[in-house]
Amino acid sequence: MKVAEIVKAIEGEILTPPAVDVDLDRAFAADLMSDILVFAQPKMLMITGLTNPQTIRTAEMSDMPVILFVRGKRPSEALVRMAEEIGIGLLLSPYTMYETCGLLYDAGLPGMGKLPIVQQS
Amino acid sequence: MTQQFSLFARMGKDLPASVLQELMFELRVSRVMTSTPITISSQQLMEDVKTLMRDHRFSGIPVVDDGELVGIVSVQDLIHAFEEQALDAPVQRFMTPRDRLITVMVEEPVFEALKRLEQTGVGRLLVLDAERHLVGMLTKGDIVAGLLHALEAAYHREEELERQRHPRRFFEALVSDETSLVMRYRVRANDFASGGRASAQLKQALLQMGAAPQLARRVAIATYEAEINLIIHTLDGGYIVAEIRPERIIVVAHDMGPGIANVELARKVGYSTASPLAREMGFGAGMGLTNIERCTDELNIWSAVGVGTRVEMIFNVTEDGARAPVEHS
Repeated sequence: MKVAEIVKAIEGEILTPPAVDVDLDRAFAADLMSDILVFAQPKMLMITGLTNPQTIRTAEMSDMPVILFVRGKRPSEALVRMAEEIGIGLLLSPYTMYETCGLLYDAGLPGMGKLPIVQQS
Repeated sequence: MTQQFSLFARMGKDLPASVLQELMFELRVSRVMTSTPITISSQQLMEDVKTLMRDHRFSGIPVVDDGELVGIVSVQDLIHAFEEQALDAPVQRFMTPRDRLITVMVEEPVFEALKRLEQTGVGRLLVLDAERHLVGMLTKGDIVAGLLHALEAAYHREEELERQRHPRRFFEALVSDETSLVMRYRVRANDFASGGRASAQLKQALLQMGAAPQLARRVAIATYEAEINLIIHTLDGGYIVAEIRPERIIVVAHDMGPGIANVELARKVGYSTASPLAREMGFGAGMGLTNIERCTDELNIWSAVGVGTRVEMIFNVTEDGARAPVEHS
């Protein structure tokens, strides 16, 4: 799914486009960066409610091309510039995390599918 | 748009001009033409031509009767029809007939098509197959778009080749019994704003040296978690030292305290002593060491309370960058 289609589905806006208009093939939503780092893939959309520099770093380390911030939380100008320099796209959704995910899933953007249940020690 | 400009800037540096020439000979008309164009029959009216041109912004429409190409009608022909107030006349009266059509064969190189466009001054060529049936149309715009696309692909191929050549050359040029490159980064405690700087710079360096993207990614993710640990948990921050050898990369994160009382416990999923600030930043859920373990081929942790902690992460360099842990007996 291209950035333009994502923005249309969530009635959102593009804060800065990704360096390459990549066709994203799945999405992952979390506020826990370590969780994202476990599942990150090169064509995956990151959906998060956090708007600090670590979201951009996490995307940069794991080759995620686009970050979508939820519930209309606009990141700082400095953060947008940082993403722009690295070439990571930033999008903004007016909906909450739950609704943003629902809209995108409905529009045909899948997630990770069923995962094995692990016992926490 | 910006993407294409930056592409050109990179190409100016990296790609010789001859690549463009080669592409013009290599690239076939079939790859850049507009396939199955909209056509009109010779018995339809100039009125229909006007509607088609207005609705689709065409400047020329092929005229086809019963599957056979019989001519082309252009904007100039439409103007003539206007001048003669003959919009109700059939297309046949104003079109350029078959014997005067400028055509190109579908498997000719783009170079030939461009030459023909230049020499004849027409805006578009009709593309024919071996049986001389119409299969497409070709404008200069189609050629430019096709060349840009091919150039981008060529650039990526070039980059990939460079990536494969570079690391070996780099290490081959330096003669010693054992050559390695050491990069050292200072990480400050509680400095969340610069968290990830060291890992990002290390990742860039690895990619520049020609590491496979998957290897650079594994090293970056593991180093990032270690870097965040230094920021969250240490009294005074610490250092990240990456030693890059041709066959393995060893990244060590070390600090001067406080030290981990129970390393086994710290390695368990979900165990964390992180501050609320760290949690606000999206860390401190006790995933870090598990994550590091997943990315490394070997992980060694030494720690003593009051002394400090040393986390050693080893990555074996493989062709595709995938993990290749060595089994110890």
